[in-house]
Amino acid sequence: MNDQRLETIIGGLLRTGVVLAAAIVALGGLLYLFRFHAAPVNFHTFAVGGADIRTVPGILLSAAHFNSTGLMQFGLVLLILTPVARVALAVVGFALEKDHLYTVVSLIVLVILAFSLIRAA
Amino acid sequence: MTALEFTVVVWGLSALAGFLGALTGLGGGVVVVPALTLALGVDIKYAIGASLVSVIATSSGAAAAYVREGFSNIRIGMFLEIATTVGAIVGAYLAGRVSTHALAIVFGLVLIHAAYTSLSRGAEGAHLVESDALAKRLRFDGDYPVDGKREKYGVRNVGAGFSLMFGAGALSGLLGIGSGAVKVLAMDRAMRMPFKVSTTTSNFMIGVTAAASAGVYLSRGYVDPRVAMPVMLGVLVGALAGTRVLVQARVRTLRIVFGVVILALAIEMIVNGILGKV
Repeated sequence: MNDQRLETIIGGLLRTGVVLAAAIVALGGLLYLFRFHAAPVNFHTFAVGGADIRTVPGILLSAAHFNSTGLMQFGLVLLILTPVARVALAVVGFALEKDHLYTVVSLIVLVILAFSLIRAA
Repeated sequence: MTALEFTVVVWGLSALAGFLGALTGLGGGVVVVPALTLALGVDIKYAIGASLVSVIATSSGAAAAYVREGFSNIRIGMFLEIATTVGAIVGAYLAGRVSTHALAIVFGLVLIHAAYTSLSRGAEGAHLVESDALAKRLRFDGDYPVDGKREKYGVRNVGAGFSLMFGAGALSGLLGIGSGAVKVLAMDRAMRMPFKVSTTTSNFMIGVTAAASAGVYLSRGYVDPRVAMPVMLGVLVGALAGTRVLVQARVRTLRIVFGVVILALAIEMIVNGILGKV
């Protein structure tokens, strides 16, 4: 395992994650537009949405019901997780390369990320 | 405006944002936020949520290409991310507690100076440096593709770079925008890295920094799927196109594009700071 191989594998996994997230968002988007394409939109005033778009359990439930909004939001959450996955993969990769310094460095970043995500969710 | 019209327009603007973002190491927020708020009258909170999605989509969309081609330096990016993510958390904590009007204006003025030097700078030239002691210990040395060959480079002023990254993170937590610009400038000017390595490494880093704020934005309802969906899909397409262009582009051209984009960001920051919208 060397740097180039590591980065090729991480890149491939990242791309798969992004394509998957995009496919789900596109599916939700198509369902949404199919129903609402002619509806007028108004985003002038902010209104806090429901749990179905703000909390992870709410989003998962909505997506499982093939709700267009739920699917789009689920895909968006997957996208948000791709940089986190990338850091996690880097930890594994550096560990496989026996690069102790950078295993620790990337682990620190992962912990900071997890801390901030868990605090908010 | 109907949902379809809105979706198509936002998609198009986001594709431009993603394209510019992939070329410059910035997150596309500089295009997405004014496009949504000024052109489409969208509330700033939805725009900030959409900007976050744009940053992550630019980062992850371009990342696979840049790492595979061997541009981004993951070790430097990861090490500096420690500073940026801590800064982002501190910045988000301070947001609302600290007056950001003056900060936005000062940041804007700094960017104007940076834009000026970017636009007037000569060719990439003989700036390639030997790594200093700390950079050597951290194994920051790398190489990157230039005209089909791999050229080595060194890195200096790690401490200054680290401090600047903390500032970049804090700025993004406080102002919701702009960390990519500081990252590229810190790596290019302070750490003396080659321009394409700075922009592509920044591209990797901005996604991680944005993910640190994402939980908060999501739980506050800033990310509305009907706004964020076309942003995400547009940016991904744009970023993909941008990566193809960057590999071939001349550094001088990229510096000019970067200069113009941060000049736009500077003006945005100063105007928002004066109007008290920040």
